[in-house]
Amino acid sequence: MLVLPLAVVIVFSFGERGPAGGYVPAFTFEQYLNLPARLTAFKNTMVLAPLGTLAALLVAYPLAYYLAIRASPRLRNGLLVMVIVPFWTSILIRTYAWIFILGGRGLPRLIELIGFDEVRLINTPFAVLIGIIYGYLPLMIFPIYVSLEKLDRRLLEASSDLGATPLRTFLQVTLPLSIPGVATGCMLVFILLMGEFLIPALLGGGKVFFIGNALVDLFLQSRNWAYGSAVAATLVIIMLVTVTLYMRLVSRGASNRDDVSLI
Amino acid sequence: MRAYAVAVYLFLYIPIGIIVLFSFNAGRHASDFQGFSTKWYGTALNNPFMMDALTTSLIVAFSSAVCATVFGTMAAMGLQRVKGRLRALYDAVIYVAIMIPGIVIGIATLIALVTVFNFLNPLIASVWPAGTDRPPRLNMGYTSLIAAHTMFTMALVIVIVRARIAGMDRTLIEASADLYATPMRTFRQVTLPQIFPAILAGFLLAFTFSFDDFIIAFFVAGSETTLPIYVFSSIRRGVTPEINAIGTMVLGMSLTLLVVAQFLLRGRGGTARRRAAG
Repeated sequence: MLVLPLAVVIVFSFGERGPAGGYVPAFTFEQYLNLPARLTAFKNTMVLAPLGTLAALLVAYPLAYYLAIRASPRLRNGLLVMVIVPFWTSILIRTYAWIFILGGRGLPRLIELIGFDEVRLINTPFAVLIGIIYGYLPLMIFPIYVSLEKLDRRLLEASSDLGATPLRTFLQVTLPLSIPGVATGCMLVFILLMGEFLIPALLGGGKVFFIGNALVDLFLQSRNWAYGSAVAATLVIIMLVTVTLYMRLVSRGASNRDDVSLI
Repeated sequence: MRAYAVAVYLFLYIPIGIIVLFSFNAGRHASDFQGFSTKWYGTALNNPFMMDALTTSLIVAFSSAVCATVFGTMAAMGLQRVKGRLRALYDAVIYVAIMIPGIVIGIATLIALVTVFNFLNPLIASVWPAGTDRPPRLNMGYTSLIAAHTMFTMALVIVIVRARIAGMDRTLIEASADLYATPMRTFRQVTLPQIFPAILAGFLLAFTFSFDDFIIAFFVAGSETTLPIYVFSSIRRGVTPEINAIGTMVLGMSLTLLVVAQFLLRGRGGTARRRAAG
């Protein structure tokens, strides 16, 4: 049920566009040769998806660390639920909030009031990046938390007993042991970001667009299904290749797998 | 460290707070707060387009959650018996279904359904008795929405229900069989009461997912409009307090369902297990 639709996409990607849109069966590489026409979308995605993943990781890690190791057990469950709740509410509404905050009457006006020049925040790559961090933070925090929570506390005590500074304990004990969680989180966020449509559509204002936006345009507006399928197939291939490479890279460091539960 | 945690929580919740706050704005402009009023809720609830979209969303979310729960529970029960390599394969497929971007699922489902419809429609037309009404045409709309959401949320139900089955006391099932209960009776009187909270929680989460989904619906909705699609096109036309009011209601609903689901998975699930054990 899952494999079949993907196979159909690949078949379609070798076809041709019908005169009234849609699809005519054929076997041609024309669609793939046309891919450079949407190069900007690919470039934006390949820059902002990894950047967004990294930014989300940098924001998420300290919080996951706090929740797993520093927070009092009494508060921990409540705090965890508070991380997961936004993930289960409408991403559309949550992204809409940022149109509000970054739009002309929001933050830019506050910045002006403090005395700085007029700044433009909405419809910039920066806005898209903020939206990405905001939208995907819960998904990044959770797997990292799970791997830190499983960590044997006695290792931390042993490390400090042996005279290691807290920083050294973190770098040589905590961080390496949390790599599986970091890998899971990064992979989840990265894959979903590759197919992102809403955040660039709402916060990028047609200036910052992803492959997802090109796909919506091709399938729903210009109805060029054959070309759209070629773009979609390329997206899936890039995704698979990156993930495989990434998994190889990570599994060399640590081999135990984490089961992620988001509920 | 603590200050940092507070800052991240503020970052997570301030935008939601702002949406709720501005939904009570008396003024016409979305971002100038001019006094407290609930009038935008009235405007939203009297907007026929919004109510239509809401009805569509509720029907689709309910139907797909029912299908996903029934099929997902059956799959989870069945998967218990599958072991070894095949099991690993099934697990991988389930996780892929959860991990794959919605847009890919949307496109794949759109293309697959259109292909099937293009094949089936002439077939139906050819066997349709002549002289009666025009033959029915399968088209994108409710059916495709429900099918796509069922497919996607089923994986979720499987994961939740399976976790509960794994935590179940197997000896109770053996005891039931030893006491001459038929497999059906064992299922109804022993298994089902134990996994019921998980099934219900799976249903609620599937409902929430379907209700909030934008991208898959965007591709397969055909001429139907679900609430997220309506909200998306409204945002494109301009930011108004009415959208905030709709947004607040949507957030409120997801939140309520989530709280109930959490309660089922943690609270009552625990007592049920204890009761079963004691």
